[in-house]
Amino acid sequence: MEQSEPGRAWVELRKGLWRDNPVFVAVLGLCPAMAVTNSLANALVMGAATTFVLVGSSVVVSLLRKLIPYEVRTPLFIVVVATFVTSVDLALAALLPVAHRQLGAFIALIVANCLILGRQEAFASKHRVGLATADAIGMGLGFTLALALVGTVRELLGGGTLLGWPVFGPSFEPWVIMLLPPGGFFSLGALLIVSSMIAERRQRRGTHSAQWNAQGDAPGPLDLSPPGSRVGPE
Amino acid sequence: MGELIWIFASASVINNFTLTYFLGLCPFFGVSGRLGTAFRLGLANTLVLLVTATATWALNTFVLAHAPYLRLISFIVVIASTVQFVELVVRRWSPRLFQALGIFLPLITTNCAIVGLALFQTNRGYGLVEGLVYALGAGAGLTLALAIMAGLRERCASSRVPRLVQGTALSFIVAGILSLAFMGFAGLFGAAA
Repeated sequence: MEQSEPGRAWVELRKGLWRDNPVFVAVLGLCPAMAVTNSLANALVMGAATTFVLVGSSVVVSLLRKLIPYEVRTPLFIVVVATFVTSVDLALAALLPVAHRQLGAFIALIVANCLILGRQEAFASKHRVGLATADAIGMGLGFTLALALVGTVRELLGGGTLLGWPVFGPSFEPWVIMLLPPGGFFSLGALLIVSSMIAERRQRRGTHSAQWNAQGDAPGPLDLSPPGSRVGPE
Repeated sequence: MGELIWIFASASVINNFTLTYFLGLCPFFGVSGRLGTAFRLGLANTLVLLVTATATWALNTFVLAHAPYLRLISFIVVIASTVQFVELVVRRWSPRLFQALGIFLPLITTNCAIVGLALFQTNRGYGLVEGLVYALGAGAGLTLALAIMAGLRERCASSRVPRLVQGTALSFIVAGILSLAFMGFAGLFGAAA
């Protein structure tokens, strides 16, 4: 694990995008994944803010990892994360006041995103800065990708627009429920089904390698029993 | 008095923390598999929410007026340490309650519902009494959502479900329908807050 080679960083960066995607595979960071994804623009702002906080905290935690006593590590991680979240909150309020007002308290709530704390605990506090940065960037991009997917589905179906531009003709009847809270649950549920379909197809071809669990760093309660062990028809 | 009842109803059903604000979803999907566990988790949550409301009020009144940019950091630190303290007190005074709450008490600290409560309470300018009622309502709402979800999942576990939909995806669809049902409460008192 500790041996660092040039290609390793690239591996760490890539795994967050799809194979260990924080939302679709590990099912972490759900609050923002649904609360702010009623439009693609909001989803992108939220993804960018979370990525910034994740990368910033991972770098700091990784640099301090030798100095942080084991017993008080969690409070220290949280203070580091909260510092970055506060700066993002203030920066957004100054630079993008409209988006900041729409996202409301959910920017501040990035601090409670279990994905960020989970990465500090599972990765940044155990690896060098380079690897920790790569991991954080990968996870952040994967998170943004997932938010963007949910946001696209919800904005397209709920308003017939994408980034505010009308996509369908005037005869399109907006499916308003997709913009409301239930739509968040429905869209993410549907996307989870699609992602497990893709994972299954890949596994059948034999290219699907280790899952999140296999590395022993699963940070939360997960329901990731291998598809073969599930009971069901067929 | 009417104001307080309104705050309670709003927090518990109309703007249910889990089903309309998406707060506290990790325990909602992670552990709400059994009804008894769900109730205990809800109880632990309510306890922590009440402590948080008090701490938030104290911070807002006495400290943060002078340094608003420290809000988030101080909330997190104070809430986490208060919960740790409550955990110690409960363990000392009532080992039975401690056993009943189990692992959930420490885990709740990083639950977004807790930080969410502190932020919403601040944004709405609630005082101590209003804050406590708000916390009580939020706790009741969380417990309700957890219990309903646990019951539904107990049923799901014993029925035949397509293999791909099993697990988290199914929980999401069920939660969506539940959320849809809770939207019906919005018309309960004439207007939603």
